[in-house]
Amino acid sequence: MTELLRLDGVACIRGDRLVFEGLSLALGRGEALWLRGPNGAGKSSLIRLAAGLLRPAAGTVTRRERIALIDEAAALDTELPLRKALDFWARVDTVDGPAVTRAMDDMALASLAEVPVSMLSTGQRKRAAMARVIASCAPIWLLDEPANGMDDAAQARLVAGIAKHRANGGAVLLASHFALGISDLAEIDMGAFV
Amino acid sequence: MTALIALFWRDLRRAWGSGALWLPVVFFLLVATAFPFAVGPDAPLLARTGGGMMWVAALLAALLPIDRLVRPDREAGVLDQLAVRGFADEAVAAVKIAAHAIGFGLPLLVALLPAAALLAQDATRVQTLATGLAVAIPALASLAVLSAALTANLKGGSAIGGLLVLPLAVPMLIFGAGMLDPSGRGAMKLLGAASLLLTVIGPFAAGAALRGLRE
Repeated sequence: MTELLRLDGVACIRGDRLVFEGLSLALGRGEALWLRGPNGAGKSSLIRLAAGLLRPAAGTVTRRERIALIDEAAALDTELPLRKALDFWARVDTVDGPAVTRAMDDMALASLAEVPVSMLSTGQRKRAAMARVIASCAPIWLLDEPANGMDDAAQARLVAGIAKHRANGGAVLLASHFALGISDLAEIDMGAFV
Repeated sequence: MTALIALFWRDLRRAWGSGALWLPVVFFLLVATAFPFAVGPDAPLLARTGGGMMWVAALLAALLPIDRLVRPDREAGVLDQLAVRGFADEAVAAVKIAAHAIGFGLPLLVALLPAAALLAQDATRVQTLATGLAVAIPALASLAVLSAALTANLKGGSAIGGLLVLPLAVPMLIFGAGMLDPSGRGAMKLLGAASLLLTVIGPFAAGAALRGLRE
């Protein structure tokens, strides 16, 4: 199985605090890995390490494909209608308009296309951020608490989106307090690396 | 490249749409309007001192919107998303500098005309001022983005940012105002050199500051 993402013996230090060390993982096509653990265990830090936003204090991070990231910020221009805000990232990712349309349909956002991002609820913004990830067509998804603020229906769409991505050969690294009911999910207990 | 062009147009749209553009231009015009009240309606005095005053106003105007250049993108996660996509921080900084230079520079040059009229500047001095400002605007934008990146994590960062970069802009102020002196023949070349230096260094310095925001 082709490895898309690999972390070897990585350590993370934030400020003066050692968050975790000696952590290794590999993620291949069609695989998903759930990072679980209490608050402060380093789930978000590991996601940022994998994304290249933080440098590991030790170890190596190898990415073999493009990455799409969800974290606490939606990264959508709040003054724009949702569709235009997503279109900006589609231009950055050099994907076509239909990819955005499909992603919005997957996350049930078509009816909100003309609504300014500033008017969206927390859950709707999370769905919009997920649509940005889907539209990017990036093979590696790094999802940091993607279900925060989502209702049951939106969570079901998120799970379906993850399943579809894996079926298409994508990989998912998921940091979450719960497994979202995703089947066939490997897991890492972040508490074991502190 | 397409992505960087998209980012450039987005920054320009946000500058023109959010009012960030008008703030420095209005400030520039307000200074030009208020200055004659302060020194009195003495046309020869205004003609002699107005050019230098416009240089000071242009410099401060460039630094006014620094709160809006980097901080909103950092808070919204836009900078992280660009980094995840592999864009070099220096490239992002260069795009922001270009967008700021066009976004505030062009309107500033237009605003120069009414400001010059208020300060009794003749056609020759207006031409010299416009040339000098056109040369200096990329460097002023460079300093503004650098300042914005350095202070994006700080509360009240814009005031601190102004203090940080103002000394770096002093050579341009000296050479730019020096161009207005009939004996200052080399000032234009020195202004060009200072502007080129700051414009070239700016993306690398601001890029390093953007990288520091993630740590």
